[in-house]
Amino acid sequence: MSGSAVTRAASLKSVAMPDGVGVASGLTLTSVDRERVLPVPQVLAGLFPWGGLRRGSTVAVRGSVTVLLALLAEATAGGSWAGVIGMPRLGVVAAAELGVAVSRLALIPRPGADLPAVAGALLDGVDIVVVSAAGRLQESHARRLSARARHRGAVLVPFGPWPGADLELSHVRSRWAGLQDGYGHLHTRELTVSARGRGSAARPATTTLYVGPQGISDTPTPLPADGMWPPQRSALRACPGFQHHETHVPAP
Amino acid sequence: MRMLVVWCPDWPVVAAASGAGLLLATPMVVVAANRVVASSAVARAEGIRRGMRRREAQGRCPELVVFDDDPVRDARLFEAVAAAVEELAVGVEIVRPGLVAVPARGPAGYFGGEEAAAERLIDQVAGRAGVECQVGVADGLFAATLAAHRGLVVKPGRSAEFLAPLAVNELRQPGGPDRTELIDLLRRLGLRTLGAFAEITERDVATRFDADAVRAHRLARGLDERPPSRRRPPPDLSISTELDPPVDRVDAAAFVARSLADRLHTGLAAHGLACTRLGIYARSERDEELGRVWRCAEPLTPNGIADRVRWQLDGWLRGGGPTAGIRTLWLEPEEVVEGKALQLDLWRGEGHAEAAEKAGRAMVRVQGLLGPEAVCTPVLGGGLDPLDRVRLVPWGEELTPAADPDLPWPGQLPAPSPAVVFPDPVPATVFGESGEPVHVTDRDMLTDPPTTVGINGGSPRPVAAWAGPWVANERWWSQEPRCQARLQVLLGAEPAQTALLLAYHQGTWTVRAHYD
Repeated sequence: MSGSAVTRAASLKSVAMPDGVGVASGLTLTSVDRERVLPVPQVLAGLFPWGGLRRGSTVAVRGSVTVLLALLAEATAGGSWAGVIGMPRLGVVAAAELGVAVSRLALIPRPGADLPAVAGALLDGVDIVVVSAAGRLQESHARRLSARARHRGAVLVPFGPWPGADLELSHVRSRWAGLQDGYGHLHTRELTVSARGRGSAARPATTTLYVGPQGISDTPTPLPADGMWPPQRSALRACPGFQHHETHVPAP
Repeated sequence: MRMLVVWCPDWPVVAAASGAGLLLATPMVVVAANRVVASSAVARAEGIRRGMRRREAQGRCPELVVFDDDPVRDARLFEAVAAAVEELAVGVEIVRPGLVAVPARGPAGYFGGEEAAAERLIDQVAGRAGVECQVGVADGLFAATLAAHRGLVVKPGRSAEFLAPLAVNELRQPGGPDRTELIDLLRRLGLRTLGAFAEITERDVATRFDADAVRAHRLARGLDERPPSRRRPPPDLSISTELDPPVDRVDAAAFVARSLADRLHTGLAAHGLACTRLGIYARSERDEELGRVWRCAEPLTPNGIADRVRWQLDGWLRGGGPTAGIRTLWLEPEEVVEGKALQLDLWRGEGHAEAAEKAGRAMVRVQGLLGPEAVCTPVLGGGLDPLDRVRLVPWGEELTPAADPDLPWPGQLPAPSPAVVFPDPVPATVFGESGEPVHVTDRDMLTDPPTTVGINGGSPRPVAAWAGPWVANERWWSQEPRCQARLQVLLGAEPAQTALLLAYHQGTWTVRAHYD
């Protein structure tokens, strides 16, 4: 499935890139900005008709914070700044593991009623602005923020539904490996993401990525030899809980 | 660092005499604990020496005037001298009452040479404070102080040479550490000059003497004992303005902010300072007082000050702070650094200066809307819990992790970490095969394999897979130990599976994180 998505993107890239995407955005962006697409991890690039986060676009993410963080990884590692508004529960450790440069992350966990103003201010100076409004935002405000992103050449990434998003990434399903009754730990996650949008992104695309101990990849990370996470000697001493699993699990 | 030292000889005596209105031609001493600590030149001519008993001194000179030692008086009267020096030179550091040090580069460059600067300073101190002083210039504070005692300008790079023939008892300076024993020992070892002491290798000094001797050895070699600490700014650097008519519109406030910022910056720059924490205060027509302190990693430029004042006023006027227009506005530099210490690259790094600058401005703008605590950058540190490993630092403050991330943290859960963590734990219920609630025993075992988990009072969902418990005994040595067992569970059937991190603490389960 992921293979077909990548092929589509490759064919689109040659057609859609030269004359830019979307006339309105093309008018307000400078020629330098129009060229610029913020990079995303290779495995996700196939979902974007532009091969990455195009400046000025609104890319909504639904259903998975991991997908959201994965979008930020390449861009922040490359020197861009990202602002995250209204997500007090964001797992920063997970972000770092996915490759996000957390030192270039501006967190505004509780914007309160000022959310539109805060998002507007951040769009002026930060490349990617993540907004988690959870239905607290009027549609007119949402459209105004999208327009501001388009005008300032920033990327607005709402978490949740968003009126008039250029592209919407949805978490379809995920499957975990590495965990069994009492043994192992959550090791690798197979994550299927679909994308659907307007204009050049109207044709839906789907891709599968794997999130493991080494971050994001397009192939599953092999599990340790016994299929489980083997507790090390030192861990055994520190966590007495490990050695007792056998006692709870009935023999098959 | 090239230092210029202004030394007022016999300062305790001079201060006491000026307090008592006596002329310096009177034989005078200052005594502490019945011993002479300072004497006037006339008294010295009568044979009075430092360390002499009070009675003996009075015996040698019957008309001797004796003052008690009073460090507060010395310091208070010395402020006039320091202020006089500060008019001509920036970076003034009072080493002790009677001795001021300034970096020599500034005044030497301004007055065209170190000798000229020294002459100018002697005139200035005599004219403004009415006190005689001597000036010495050398590399390092210690050499410069000894040069000032002799009224010398030591050429750059020649401090060690200048110090070499001087006696080791110069290492004992008033107000400094008591090095009597060390000096005595060095003399008995035959090391009578600073040069002889300096010839010993530092390693040998460190292995045979104490830490203070190592510092003394550094001094003898013409090195600095420590970097100089700067003088505290005088309080009158804060500025205020009366607004007539009172300001209740943002555009008018912006205009005021601009002029105030320029005034504050000029005042700071005149003292060679830059502001790193700025207090902005306002009083409205109805006497409501508002205030907020802005902290900044970088010293503020005039534009930076103006922006912050404008944003703050903007925030107050639009956010419904005062009920009437603002009548008085004042700025206080709460923390200042030396102007030279502008660390412009502190937050930039890795050549992304422009993006960082833009982002920084946007974040400060948001701070103006929500308050300085509302915008954070995360720092990763060490810890067992995904939540403990992150510290949120308000933008502009120093990024230091809460705990060392490089230490081993046995019991830390392996990657991947949860993408959603719950700062306020959500209650959960865990039931086992027997239908009874699952607990963790004292031996860190589950009483039953978990089969259903209900979250926050919701309907229970079946457990597809689970792992754990991993037990973390944290701070077991303290009054509030935190012992919790962690459990990873996978709930529901595919494709709608939910992976959660549960924690068990004192009989109850909570959801700590969601692998979303």
